[in-house]
Amino acid sequence: MRRLFRRKSSREVAKDRLKILLISDRVSCSPEMMEMIKQDIARVISKYMKIDTDHMEIQIGKTGAGGGRGMKSPMLYANIPIVDLHK
Amino acid sequence: MSEVIVVTSGKGGVGKTTTSANVGTGLAKLGKKVCLIDTDIGLRNLDVVMGLENRIVYNLVDVVEGSCRIKQALIRDKRNPGLYLMPSAQTRDKSAVTPGQMVKVIEHLKEQFDYIILDCPAGIEQGFQNAIAGADRALVVTTPEVSAIRDADRIIGLLEANGFKRMDLIINRLRTEMVRRGDMMSASDVVDILAIPLIGIVPDDENVVISTNQGEPLVGSDAPAGRAYFNVCQRLLGRETPFLNFEKSISFWMKVSGIFRKV
Repeated sequence: MRRLFRRKSSREVAKDRLKILLISDRVSCSPEMMEMIKQDIARVISKYMKIDTDHMEIQIGKTGAGGGRGMKSPMLYANIPIVDLHK
Repeated sequence: MSEVIVVTSGKGGVGKTTTSANVGTGLAKLGKKVCLIDTDIGLRNLDVVMGLENRIVYNLVDVVEGSCRIKQALIRDKRNPGLYLMPSAQTRDKSAVTPGQMVKVIEHLKEQFDYIILDCPAGIEQGFQNAIAGADRALVVTTPEVSAIRDADRIIGLLEANGFKRMDLIINRLRTEMVRRGDMMSASDVVDILAIPLIGIVPDDENVVISTNQGEPLVGSDAPAGRAYFNVCQRLLGRETPFLNFEKSISFWMKVSGIFRKV
């Protein structure tokens, strides 16, 4: 009975891990390139408002739009904490 | 019109060679002329799985280098009329053959065979490039494990980039009992993730080990894996074949346990 009420089966864990793993595998975006994108975004946004560049995060995730082979197409997410809206 | 099929997986040890041996033998049992080619230079194994290791005189590298004629390197399987094996070289490495040379050998073989099955080495290096060079379609073998599925996904991407239109998935070593408990990804989970057509589900079956020990592929026998491989062959010939019963019992149990989980 315990098994029935367990929060997540190992099957679900495997499936969830794979889905995330394959998104980054398929995009084949190197960490160096991600870092360069991050710095460029930070520079552009900084022109208009004060942001916390130490705590900003960017990552590639999936969206609702259709992509190749049934998978959803990847999307770039950016979380940029704003320190002050008016520079 | 002959068809050239490469059996590939990316990850090692998921059952490429076993699948090649069984699919090749099964197609021969269904009356087709089949040539199996072991493209794993330096680590050949298809000959032992087929039980033909004692009859090797010439190999693929000898053919490519012109040391013998193609016919001399082909080993006839006496148990199955129409089935031949071209073994790989054991004392050479992958660089002994180029993709262009593979294409040439395959073009010659196409004249005499209905099906040419290429057993691909693990990895994505030159051995893989050699194996896929002359192929029209691919059988991608995976097991329901994270590492094997990840590698299969990479392989599918590479096959797509190489212009492959037909790729079919074989899920090997599925353990119904574990799927039922929620401790193994089901066939439909794997198909969801990899998103290519499913052509076979082969259950984890100890008879595979026994048949490998004996050097005789179990396709066509009553063993669960033997029946599963025979069905793969039927589907390759375009014959509609329902998936084996254990699939149905899974979905039934998944539903039951799903209801309990919701409650």
